[in-house]
Amino acid sequence: MSMIQLFITILMMVIATQLTRWLPFLIFPEQKAQPKLLNFLSERLPFASLGLLVMYALKDIQLTKAPYGASELIALSFITLIHTKFHNTLLSIGLGSLLYLFLFNFVF
Amino acid sequence: MHFVTLKKAFPYTLPVLTGYLFLGFSYGVLMNKTGFSLFWTSLISLTVFAGAMQFAAIALLVSTFNPLSTFLVSLLINIRHLFYGMSILDKYAKSGKKRSFLIFGLTDETFSINAAIILEDGVNKKLFYFYVTLLNYLYWNIASILGHQLSFLIPDTIKGFEFVLTALFFVLFLNQWEIKAHRLYLVIGFVCTLIAFLLVGRAQFLLLAMVLILIAMGIETRWRSSR
Repeated sequence: MSMIQLFITILMMVIATQLTRWLPFLIFPEQKAQPKLLNFLSERLPFASLGLLVMYALKDIQLTKAPYGASELIALSFITLIHTKFHNTLLSIGLGSLLYLFLFNFVF
Repeated sequence: MHFVTLKKAFPYTLPVLTGYLFLGFSYGVLMNKTGFSLFWTSLISLTVFAGAMQFAAIALLVSTFNPLSTFLVSLLINIRHLFYGMSILDKYAKSGKKRSFLIFGLTDETFSINAAIILEDGVNKKLFYFYVTLLNYLYWNIASILGHQLSFLIPDTIKGFEFVLTALFFVLFLNQWEIKAHRLYLVIGFVCTLIAFLLVGRAQFLLLAMVLILIAMGIETRWRSSR
């Protein structure tokens, strides 16, 4: 690609990405709030989105090949355990990630 | 007010700092190894600012020039952002001049922090959201510059640092799980995405997942109101 073509390609990516971020705000402008629909969405969608994100983050696990996602499974179980015990977000993320790195690189 | 709010926001962004350092770094390394200069590497991080998209961008930039297909692929990869915007509309409302930047920088990670947090009274909420967004933006851009410049250092041996982001999403999920009223929606989100993934595979399951989530929520509401 030439320089101009590179610029245009990047511009397309910017427009598409920004469109997905702006669209809800353009459809529901602040002054014309639609309380009923907004309530419906804000009571449900943030949590459904978190469920979506967790699954999205797990999409690259290889379940059909050894070690069958064992590192992820063990690390997430461990996070659940220490998080229910200590309720410390950073501690859970830090220790869980360390365990994962250890398992992923040195065990499986 | 600014410094107090920045100090409050910073710890929440630490998992993102770690995750972005490795992801942004990997992006920079890949751009360098593909033959792009620091200018292009940074330009994309500054303007596109979307993790998964930027990895896909490398493939798009080395293929033949096709703006329309680039546009459509980018839309599809980022389609999940629609949900984030809809979820966070009321939190980002009335944020004045900061609004544009908040929307511009609504990544997975920024969304997951700002949507999940319940700030006590007395905190300048819009400023908090702004700093979370700004810090994450800085992490990403600094990491991609570092990755590009230090690509010769990369340890090929140790992998899997991006799990920090999986852990972040999962812990935020667990935090919401403790609120009983939220559980059903967490399950709906996860299960619908899983079903979509099983049906259409890794490449383009998000659009179907979002449709399934909306249908499930509609059914749930109808069922609830008919009782």
